Amino acid sequence: MPGLRQIGMELYDWFEQRLGLGKPFVEVAEHEVPENTSSWWYVFGSAATVLFGLQVVTGILLALVYTPSASHAWNSLQFLDHNVKLGWFLRAMHGWGSDFMVAVVLVHMAQVFLFGAYKFPRELTWIIGVILLLMTLGMAFTGQVLRFDQDAYWGLGIGASILSRVPWMGGWLVDMMLGGPIIAGPTLTRFFALHVFVIPGILLVMVGLHLWMVLRLGINDWPMPGRVVRKSTYVREYNELTKKTGIAFIPDAAWKDAIFAAAIMLSVIACALLFGPFGPSGQPDPTIIQTAPKPDFAFLWIYAVLAYLPPSLETPFLFIAPTLAIGAMLLLPLVAGEGEKHWSRRPTAVLMLAVIAVTLGIFTRLGTYTPWSPIMDAWTSDAIPVAYLRGRTPLERQGAIVFQDKQCRNCHSIGGAGGLRGPALDAIAARMTEDQMIRQVLQGGGNMPAYGNALSPSETTALVHFLSTLRGNDLSPAVDASRHMVLSSETPQAPPKER
Amino acid sequence: MEPMEPSSQEEKAVRAEPESVRVAKHSRRTFLFKLSLLANGAVGAVLAVPILGYLLGPAMKKGSSYNSWIALGPVSDFPEGETRLVNYRNPVTTEWDGETGDVPCWVRRVSGNAFQVFAINCAHLGCPVRWFAQSQLFMCPCHGGAYYADGTRASGPPERGLFEYDHKVIEGKLMISAGKMPTLANQARVEEPLTQITGTGSSERLAALKKPKPRCGSCQG
Repeated sequence: MPGLRQIGMELYDWFEQRLGLGKPFVEVAEHEVPENTSSWWYVFGSAATVLFGLQVVTGILLALVYTPSASHAWNSLQFLDHNVKLGWFLRAMHGWGSDFMVAVVLVHMAQVFLFGAYKFPRELTWIIGVILLLMTLGMAFTGQVLRFDQDAYWGLGIGASILSRVPWMGGWLVDMMLGGPIIAGPTLTRFFALHVFVIPGILLVMVGLHLWMVLRLGINDWPMPGRVVRKSTYVREYNELTKKTGIAFIPDAAWKDAIFAAAIMLSVIACALLFGPFGPSGQPDPTIIQTAPKPDFAFLWIYAVLAYLPPSLETPFLFIAPTLAIGAMLLLPLVAGEGEKHWSRRPTAVLMLAVIAVTLGIFTRLGTYTPWSPIMDAWTSDAIPVAYLRGRTPLERQGAIVFQDKQCRNCHSIGGAGGLRGPALDAIAARMTEDQMIRQVLQGGGNMPAYGNALSPSETTALVHFLSTLRGNDLSPAVDASRHMVLSSETPQAPPKER
Repeated sequence: MEPMEPSSQEEKAVRAEPESVRVAKHSRRTFLFKLSLLANGAVGAVLAVPILGYLLGPAMKKGSSYNSWIALGPVSDFPEGETRLVNYRNPVTTEWDGETGDVPCWVRRVSGNAFQVFAINCAHLGCPVRWFAQSQLFMCPCHGGAYYADGTRASGPPERGLFEYDHKVIEGKLMISAGKMPTLANQARVEEPLTQITGTGSSERLAALKKPKPRCGSCQG
């Protein structure tokens, strides 16, 4: 139908005459990029942008129902989950979209680091990228607060406690964060403002700048060993490469981005459908203290690091380490703006990336099962294995009851059940003598509190007798060499005199 | 087709002015523009005062001004030698705070009128500590901090004992001074002005109260 086509063209012209955006848009879409940038390694940035779009759309849809009031937020999430048609799905998409966005942003960052893309002339692109990473994490944290459940409530407490450690201005910062004397209504509304207005605004502007610079400076060419970046020659070399091997960004290079973006979106949809929305966990009622608060996935590693720092190091570490880390990321392109881009010529960079990735991975893994936390109900829920009671004297069995009743189980496992805070005690008698056990129980030491005030002498005796029977797979009991000497009737022989 | 460009006739009309007039006009306009920048700067500075005042409002309030004396219940509610969880409504709340305005604390009656009132927040990172009467320990679920019955640090990452509320017994009721979430920057510290106490002989009672200060193993300074 030529008539319809004609009308369409006229309509386009009418708008184009007034807007003038079509021509520059087509130019941008068709601009030439070096052929070697069309790679499956170069798809993460566009995927992060698409995910950001998803978060904006699902976020606005959730805001249609969500109520940012401390007394109603939790209920409005329940309402979204159960009463609003497909509300649960939107919540799930927004939650999983957030996890995917953090992950894709991190992968994107690792990739551009490994490919030396932060070097001249893309230093500022990297620096703004660092800000984008921080803002993405900021969105993840503030979003977790808006879920306003138990984890959110106590997560705010953790945040306030961290801020309170800042020298001199700690109290002031806590007040600014909470918006009042306690975690309550004003706290939620300020995190709502941050999550919905402030940080997304910064993100939009920064994403715009980031993309503008990618267009202006060109996509980083595939690094080759020996092709060294020099400020004097790079731009000319890049332009020559583009001229020689250039392909149109759309469609020749961008089809990979589009397919990967679609795959990521499908993954988010699949996760949302299969696993559903995150929480909300219990109500944000501080009087319900039977809870073990935990942050979302992206912050588990911080949660783990905070468990392992010695008390004296904690405050300095909390503030010096992030300052150094962020400072180093921001300064990286200014310090190393020239030189080799290829990973095979940058062993330090590869090693650093590997160490950081493994460290984050290990701490995140630890954060998923928190071995440092006592298991609060282990003493009533985990029974003593029958094998550990068979053939024991009444005193030893009484000791097993003391072991259970005094909550030793919350930190010590036996038979594979119980806390991981202290060592497993299945073979304790092979490591410690009776005297050592008595001392450890009564006076504590290491990470163990002293139980001298909580145990009567008879309870201590029974407990240690029970523990003395725990020798794993019939290991020989621990012996105190000096005690053996004291008890034996023989006096030690004098060393033979030298003649 | 660029309809927004000025036509050549208009351009000619502008160019018709003598050079000196144009320069004078330009210099005048530049001056006026600079003046307008100055005026906007001044307006911005004036505007910044209320905006900053509003924004910094919560942080400008003195910490102790949030605190007031709250009754936790008659002394007889607390058996000697026991530690119990008590909830109170924070004295400063908004109508939409909901259940977040309810704050729990641990009350330990040592003997007679000797009490210790501990904040629920772990001194490490503020998680809710739980009391275990059998092992006489407070344990924190977050990072495994543990405290003895008197609130002193037993083990784990906390660098000090539990925060304690200032408290007193008035007419057989246990009162605590509360209002602000205790953190390392703002411990539930003893606050001096006890202006809210009314009734006959209150000053004498207060004077008497000051003498037997409860043991406070964890208070700093």
